[in-house]
Amino acid sequence: MIVSNINSLSSYLPELMILVMILVTFLYESIKSYRKYVFPLLCFGMISVSLLLYFSSPSQFRIFEGMLVNDSLSIFLKWVIIISTFSIILISKNDNSILKDIKNEYYAMLLIILLGMFAMVSATNLLMVYLAIEMVSIPSYIISGISKDDKESNEAALKYVIFGSFASGIMLFGLSFIYGLTGSTDIYFIADSLSQTDNQLLLYTSMIFVLVGFGYKISMVPFHYWTPDVYQGAPITVTAFLSVAPKAAGFAIMIRFFYSIFVIDGSPSVDWPNIIAIFSALTMTIGNILALKQNNIKRLLAYSSISHVGFMLIALSIVSIDSITSILFYLVFYMFMNLSAFFVAIYMSNEYDANNIEDWNGIGLKVPFISIFMVLSLASLAGLPPTSGFIGKVYVLRNLFSESQFLWLGIIAIINTVISLYYYFKIVKSMYFIENESLEIKEADRVLTIIIVLFSSQNILFYFYWSSLWDYLKNLIINMNLI
Amino acid sequence: MESWILTLLIFLPIMGVLVMCVVSMSNLSQNKDFYKYIALFTTGIQLILSGFLYLNFDPTKSVLDSPFTVQLDWISSFNIQYYIGVDGLSMPMVLLSALLSFLCIGISWSITKNVFGYFALFLLLDAGMMGVFLSLDFFLFYIFWEVMLLPMYFLIGMWGGPQRHYAAIKFFLYTLFGSVFMLLGMLALFYYAPDGNTFNLIALIEQAPRIEASLWGFDMRFLIWIALFIGFAIKVPVFPFHTWLPLAHVEAPTAISVILAGVLLKMGTYGLLRISYPLLPGEVVNFAYILAFLGIVNILWGATCAIAQIDLKKMVAYSSVSHMGYVLLGMASIVATEPAGAEAGLNGAVMQMFNHGTITAMLFMLVGVLYDQAHHRWIVFPDDYKDKELAGKLAFGGIASQMPIFNGFIILAFFAGLGLPALSGFISEALCFIGGFSAFRVLTIIGTLGILLNAIYFLRAYQRIFQGPFNEKYKDLKDMTKKDLAIILPLAFLTLLFGVYPQPLMNIISSSLTDLINIVQKAI
Repeated sequence: MIVSNINSLSSYLPELMILVMILVTFLYESIKSYRKYVFPLLCFGMISVSLLLYFSSPSQFRIFEGMLVNDSLSIFLKWVIIISTFSIILISKNDNSILKDIKNEYYAMLLIILLGMFAMVSATNLLMVYLAIEMVSIPSYIISGISKDDKESNEAALKYVIFGSFASGIMLFGLSFIYGLTGSTDIYFIADSLSQTDNQLLLYTSMIFVLVGFGYKISMVPFHYWTPDVYQGAPITVTAFLSVAPKAAGFAIMIRFFYSIFVIDGSPSVDWPNIIAIFSALTMTIGNILALKQNNIKRLLAYSSISHVGFMLIALSIVSIDSITSILFYLVFYMFMNLSAFFVAIYMSNEYDANNIEDWNGIGLKVPFISIFMVLSLASLAGLPPTSGFIGKVYVLRNLFSESQFLWLGIIAIINTVISLYYYFKIVKSMYFIENESLEIKEADRVLTIIIVLFSSQNILFYFYWSSLWDYLKNLIINMNLI
Repeated sequence: MESWILTLLIFLPIMGVLVMCVVSMSNLSQNKDFYKYIALFTTGIQLILSGFLYLNFDPTKSVLDSPFTVQLDWISSFNIQYYIGVDGLSMPMVLLSALLSFLCIGISWSITKNVFGYFALFLLLDAGMMGVFLSLDFFLFYIFWEVMLLPMYFLIGMWGGPQRHYAAIKFFLYTLFGSVFMLLGMLALFYYAPDGNTFNLIALIEQAPRIEASLWGFDMRFLIWIALFIGFAIKVPVFPFHTWLPLAHVEAPTAISVILAGVLLKMGTYGLLRISYPLLPGEVVNFAYILAFLGIVNILWGATCAIAQIDLKKMVAYSSVSHMGYVLLGMASIVATEPAGAEAGLNGAVMQMFNHGTITAMLFMLVGVLYDQAHHRWIVFPDDYKDKELAGKLAFGGIASQMPIFNGFIILAFFAGLGLPALSGFISEALCFIGGFSAFRVLTIIGTLGILLNAIYFLRAYQRIFQGPFNEKYKDLKDMTKKDLAIILPLAFLTLLFGVYPQPLMNIISSSLTDLINIVQKAI
């Protein structure tokens, strides 16, 4: 059912709250004596957004004349997005890599991205899809170049702009093909008319063009080239932010796009699973192999995030309820493990100026408490039991058995697991095995420590909620009638 | 009490770690010995508990009827159970790991670097070992199997020898490579189980042979067997996957070498016997010849490599490769047409797992005693030794008179290693050969060469180190201390006892193994 604009506002409250926060941030920024209030107001605002999100109930109603939908998938992913964004905002307060005088603008950019991601996870119209992706991309370009005096940061922003606009141009081209084939931009109407199209060539072309845009957003190989440079150049908090939330939003949009448009009666109408499977194998393998030689922590984690995207794509290549559920399941675990690894990296970078692997030498023995959490996060990223990364891997791999034509992907995936262990534990090796007497122990940053403990302990504590999370997610997907 | 004992065996070490964490935050952490006592106490209780388990263990009862078995739902949406139990196959392994863990705390008493970390990791490793041997749910088994990797990586990498970084990561990557294949095999078993998805190893015994599926033109059961075999073979280690072993054993600190050779290697063969054998008997029959062949290669390859070593610890490490070959040969002979042959072979294999655990523990411990005093363990100095004068010369010589007690024990350990009658190694190796002979005549005859090769390197090493003219450089060497004696006496006692009277060990294992033989023989 399609809801008119004015009636939609009531189910758009979290987004409206973000909008208010953006305006307040800009307003307070312009008045010098008010600037110090921005951060407390932001925290208050984020909490109220979370509360509004908590009280908003999922529905299949299509708000704003069919532009957005507030279903359970989008609400769940909004949680993932808001948790990661909120933690990034908290951490940015003490981050020295972002200059003090532009910090409020940086917060405003984060909020605009947040709004864009909220739109991304709930967009049901091709125009809205494009708009949302651009709304995330443009502020992302700005924040990756936010360290004005840092050449690498400027370079990162420029590369990001060029690559991003190129990719979204191709995507727009693909979207226009779909519009031309069907005469509609509403993804629910498109599905019906597309099934009557006999122009396979145009259908495949449009799908692959759109995939370029999505692939760039989630950094799928071969559209990943921006990722390492941007991750390395951008301030580390921005890198941490870019590595999780936009990817979650990108996956949401991919699930919605492929399952609504190209799945008819539970089976794919176009052979996209095979294409995704090939991209998945490429993404995992290339991400991992390129990570092996990296020396910069940010760059290493960038490649590692590419390989994790490849891993999640495994599940996307199989059309079933379990596989979508396992993507969401993995995303939750991925958020915790990747962010906690990044947070420790931020901690070490702020306090010990440790940006390359050799700078981490001996940190494990000098800063034992925080270091244990790094080991935990890295073990989880590598997928070793008893961490959540392992359970996520098992659930993703389990899908392959229902569609045994893709079992070759499973073998590629597990070999990649072994490769990834090597570079993750290169960090552990320098943390623990190499001694460094010259390291001076410094006062710990309280907020950051608490956030690290909160996020990192999820890698072990998931045992308490794993089962219920899975059941919850599965119910959510079943009720959405995607298939 | 009875239903709690297995859970306690697994989680007691973890409780020990928690106590250590509490201690590390209090004033008591000033005294580093405190951690050692906690570890000693924990493993001591564990040893007493496993002794209690042994006394109350009824080998004739199956796992299902045993009062010790615990079966609880853990993750119901994935049908994972907390299912632990003990039978004749796991009982000796539990005893062995409890005993060696306790003794290894004693061996590691001289650790000074980061005491808290060492003993906490050691206890985690201990919990993982117990968990592997007691799990009857594949998922649980897999988790414990992997839990051991991380502590082992740190124990080798932080407290090991000069090449420890490389050894640690090599060990880690090799084992992980194997276990990820095991993971796929496990999921395939779960997914294709005909009566609903399950990880329950006892239920799968009945279900797994009925799996009907194929992939890429291969039978699914064949593929599962291969996947599981890669996982277990790397741990054993079966030639050609053995190259991690000498490195890891040599670089690890003494206690960790003992655990590696004494317990971890057995997990490979234990896994085959616990999972691959009963679940995929048809594949066992098809693979038996290859398994026996690999066993023979292990025996000969390990022994010839050991002959070539000039580092005493490396020689002992290669002797482990060779000795695990006997286990493989005994295991493969389960397909022998005469039931007596199959029984001898399988009993021999499991006994060899236990006996090799005690013998190799003695060997590594004795090498450690020598190394601690002499600060090297060369039999012959290598040609590129830093001291040009000594390069290529005999390193020791005639120290038998200097260390008479040590000499006595080394004779015992070396002779047990080369399989002298009246010592435990002989009985189990003989049984393995009897089994092997009844099933694979030619192979076994070639394999008996291994006995000769074993004798060569052990005797030659003994001669070069302990006999001949006394090397004056070592006149300050002291004999074994009381602590060393206390550690080695139980092991020496078991070696002697099972050499002349193996019945207690046989009694525990034979009835479970008879069940296993019946399962596999039906598939022929």
